[in-house]
Amino acid sequence: MSEINMAVPDQAISDAVEGRSLWQDAWRRLMRNKAAVASLVVLGLIALVSVFGPYALAWSYDQIDWDHVEAVPPSWALKHYLGTDSVGRDLLARTLFGGRVSLTVGLLATSVALLIGVTVGAIAGYLGGKVDQVLMRFVDLMYSVPLTFFVIILMVLFGRNFILMFLAIGSVEWLTMARIVRGQTLTLKHREFMEAARASGGSTAGILLRHVVPNVLGVVIVYVTLTIPQVILLESFLSFLGLGVQEPMTSWGVLINEGAAELEITPRTLIVPAVFMTATLFCLNFLGDGLRDALDPKDR
Amino acid sequence: MWSYLARRILIGIPTLWAIITVCFFLMRLTPGGPFDSAAPIPPEILANLRARYHLDDPLWQQYLTYLWNLLHWDFGPSFKYKDFTVTELIAQGFPVSFQNGLAAILLAIVIGVPMGIAAALAQNSPRDYAVSGLAMTGIVIPNFVMGQLLILIFGVWLKDTGWHLPAGGWNNGAFANRILPVITLALPFVAYLARITRGSMIEVMRANYVRTAKAKGLPFRAVVIHHALKSALTPVVTFLGPATAFILTGSMVVETIFQIPGIGRYFVQGALNRDYTLVMGVTILSAAIMIMMNLVVDLLYGVLDPKVRYE
Repeated sequence: MSEINMAVPDQAISDAVEGRSLWQDAWRRLMRNKAAVASLVVLGLIALVSVFGPYALAWSYDQIDWDHVEAVPPSWALKHYLGTDSVGRDLLARTLFGGRVSLTVGLLATSVALLIGVTVGAIAGYLGGKVDQVLMRFVDLMYSVPLTFFVIILMVLFGRNFILMFLAIGSVEWLTMARIVRGQTLTLKHREFMEAARASGGSTAGILLRHVVPNVLGVVIVYVTLTIPQVILLESFLSFLGLGVQEPMTSWGVLINEGAAELEITPRTLIVPAVFMTATLFCLNFLGDGLRDALDPKDR
Repeated sequence: MWSYLARRILIGIPTLWAIITVCFFLMRLTPGGPFDSAAPIPPEILANLRARYHLDDPLWQQYLTYLWNLLHWDFGPSFKYKDFTVTELIAQGFPVSFQNGLAAILLAIVIGVPMGIAAALAQNSPRDYAVSGLAMTGIVIPNFVMGQLLILIFGVWLKDTGWHLPAGGWNNGAFANRILPVITLALPFVAYLARITRGSMIEVMRANYVRTAKAKGLPFRAVVIHHALKSALTPVVTFLGPATAFILTGSMVVETIFQIPGIGRYFVQGALNRDYTLVMGVTILSAAIMIMMNLVVDLLYGVLDPKVRYE
């Protein structure tokens, strides 16, 4: 993941020659990768139906069909297109709503990780010396903490709270991000454009924001696409232990867990949310791989 | 080398202490406790309970007592399993988790690493795509789904055939009872190992020294085994360190699904019951193992990569 060819976009393009920025280059390479494009399309579709789908359905996620308080098989007449769960709630509506929750947790927790990781990594790498020592020793220390245990302890102690959940997961997932960003910053630090920025009297904060952060974005984006699926898995794992979001709210993890319990009687209650979730995770992983290939000039 | 080892072990101690301290105060300072229950407990009994667990002492005193007891391998009494100390529970549960974890790790290495190598040596061939696809599948299917599926197949559908396996329980560690949990535990790690080995092997096969080895006419097999494999294993070792620590201390999910009396299940039960001492005990144990495994990984780098020196 070398950044040798990474020029700051607005500096790279001269007026005379129609240059291509790294991002245009990367985008072109990404579009040539069939698996990545297909993943992007599927992800977009899943996000769209999760966000807008619930409005288009006749049943809402927490509404019990009082005429059929049982597992109804898929039926167009009743508008339960994929049937209901064991207490008569529409499976499709619940899966779409669960997708909303899972994707939100994935995005928000990853944003938290991104924010902490990039800040810590860039500051440690750029300032170096004592600051670097202290911050990185802290990261090392956190690495020897069994973090899943900590997330569980936090969830138990502070209750099953949606906001706490993504804060807890995010505050666990930032470590690797910090290490990656620090490494990248170290290689950037002594490049000419950084010297120029320093020589022209740029403040530390300004240099970090305008020069360091944009140049580590490539690596960060790849890591973000690979972190989101991990977060969604962690959320489903918490739900399995009964520490996820609370009823009647739901998420893919909660649904899969409920479905797994009724696997023998109504396999579709497991299959439907599991298909949505695994498809999302598959696509995010393929997209992450595609982005890595696209942004990494080594493998061109 | 020895001074490096000694220094690392010495650094581990304050790390462990910091983890213990944070954990202790986090649990004691939040509202709610192990004796909260739906049915109100008579105040006299509650007072007796609190006295037995020294919950009325000042917090710093409880903390110092806890540390002092830890130094004597005493993790304190369990709040919920009233007849057991946490030390006893861990002594019962850890061997179970350890055996399953070790079996799963070995299984994962034996299957995952060769799979990754096979894929890397034929990059972009059908074999490569098959391995990568399988690995991705293993990574994205949560192990609680995989566990339930295996139970459904081998415990229910194949019940009347020779392939039937017990769907749960431990039965004092009978071989048949271990098969499904160990497989469930191993599958995601097979997938990760295959993926990581493939990636690093592809990179190493492009290195100059591998080209040199090929150019001087060594047989392909010798190039792979003697030249490429060693350095391709470095990222694998990096992954295996924390993964082993996690798997050895018991996968909470697998032990919960298959109802195995290991420390992962104790941790989950303990957390849900707010059994402070049990949760602390398991957390400390896994932190200690994690620190140890990180050290083992750093020492293994020296074996795999001659550029690494310890001062």
